[in-house]
Amino acid sequence: MLFPLYWLLNASLLPSTDLVKSSPTWLPVHGTLQGYRRALSSQGGHLLVSLGVSAGTVLLVLLIAVPAAYGLAKLRAPGGRPLTFALLIAQMIPGVVMANSFYTAANHLRLLNSPLALVLADSTLCVPFATLILQTAMRGVPAELSEAAVLDGAGRIRTLLSVVLPVSRNAVVTASLFSFLFAWADFLFAVTLTTQDDRAPVTVGIYRFIGAHLSDWNSVMATGIIASLPAAVLLVVAQRYVAAGVTSGAVKD
Amino acid sequence: MSTTLHHAGARPAGPGADRPPKPRPRTAGPARARLAALAFTAPAWLYVAGFYLYPLAGSVRMGFQNYTVSSFYTGVAPYVGWANYRAVLHDSHFVRTVTNTLLFTAGSLLFQFCVGLALAVFFNRAFPLGGPLRSLLLVPWLLPLVVSGTAWRWILDTDSGVLNHALLGAHLIGHPVPWLASTHDSLIAVTLVNIWVGIPFNMVILYGGLQSIPRELYEAAALDGANAWRRFRHITLPLLRPVTAVVLTLGLIYTVKVFDVIMILTQGGPAGSSQTLTTFAYNLSFQQLEFGRGAAVGNLLVLVAVVFAAVYLRATREQRRAGR
Repeated sequence: MLFPLYWLLNASLLPSTDLVKSSPTWLPVHGTLQGYRRALSSQGGHLLVSLGVSAGTVLLVLLIAVPAAYGLAKLRAPGGRPLTFALLIAQMIPGVVMANSFYTAANHLRLLNSPLALVLADSTLCVPFATLILQTAMRGVPAELSEAAVLDGAGRIRTLLSVVLPVSRNAVVTASLFSFLFAWADFLFAVTLTTQDDRAPVTVGIYRFIGAHLSDWNSVMATGIIASLPAAVLLVVAQRYVAAGVTSGAVKD
Repeated sequence: MSTTLHHAGARPAGPGADRPPKPRPRTAGPARARLAALAFTAPAWLYVAGFYLYPLAGSVRMGFQNYTVSSFYTGVAPYVGWANYRAVLHDSHFVRTVTNTLLFTAGSLLFQFCVGLALAVFFNRAFPLGGPLRSLLLVPWLLPLVVSGTAWRWILDTDSGVLNHALLGAHLIGHPVPWLASTHDSLIAVTLVNIWVGIPFNMVILYGGLQSIPRELYEAAALDGANAWRRFRHITLPLLRPVTAVVLTLGLIYTVKVFDVIMILTQGGPAGSSQTLTTFAYNLSFQQLEFGRGAAVGNLLVLVAVVFAAVYLRATREQRRAGR
């Protein structure tokens, strides 16, 4: 299972001449960092675009999902069931259908090649998931806590910000991390909504790089390693949250 | 998922009956409290309308229009009835594409599930380092598919790929297999990689299901002299059924819309041999610039998703009952 990942790392350190030999080099004994140098110089801009788009997506998703989850879980907003249902079904719409419509819309609004278009499109991958996970967490906030806040004269927004959110901090972290990752890894919207190379996120950067330098596997793999860093960091730093995110919802907790 | 896989929270939970009633602030009447609550969910409602319903409606409309490059400049896209659907159905690639989609989906689901279940059972016995190892296995699922796809592209390379090297060394094949370059093997190759991507998800969810089976059952069965296989067959499998249903339907919904894996490895080629409905729709819209036809294929995919979504909702309802 993990071999392809090792192979990626290995290839990112080997000079390209070793990579096209007929017998594979199993260990990067005579390794080189050349690939990383080239990768950073050619993909640096793409990495920045990805970073901006992913961060923007997290912000937008939280702006929509946090109030919605609070309204559903704590305020018993009317129409809660249909809304949850709609969000559930929404994630099942194939991305290629969304891309088709987003492309025409972005073209109309002169938003092609703009990071904003990508933030808006990528957010559709995360809002349902974030709302559901936050809602589950907020339902677990003891009623005594939020009631106490209300009795102390705090308004709803105040109660949300100073009581409910801090208590459901873990879910906020999980939702943010996954939103960041989904946006970072998105390829379909990235490839359809960016036509100029310098505006493309790193997923498209790698894709076009392969097309252009098929023999330069070393740089391609180094770029791949760099593009995987967010996921790797996430796994090391936030293991708990990842496990929570994967299992949330799919199995009754 | 894409296998970028996302998941669905399984419970369409409405206003739960299991919570104590919320005290009302003494100043506001119930009508006002409801309005305030609505104000919090309003952005989400608007979002659903603007970002899911509207694009979906747009796609349905485009499916009935002759929408091409010139439409972007002139804004004119005449309605053509079912012409796009007819054109797609009579497309020389269509039958092959549907067959590919079925084979790709069935193959992916079957092997993802079996390997995922085997790993889940394996990790279900507590042993040192089980936890860290389990989360390491999640890496394939967390990596951007573009990255793992690229790694696979090189592993599967005909001449310098390590897979052919290993198979040749083990004398399993007589000459290098052109995994990605032959019409005969490309579908097998993309399915293989997609299985690899999907295993972690299956493993984690099934592991969660296994954890919730009471140990006493196994102990009792062992006392009655049931061997490991019979315990698995008569305790594990039946009790996992609800979780299995969820994993398989979610897997189905996500596999049908897989795009990245195929795009990175083969772009649906050579000669359409690894084309599925998703890449076909992309190809029609964004390469042949026949947006109306692309939308038509996309809408067929939506239909498929809707059918399976209904199945999924039924399965989770059963699971909720089982969980109570």
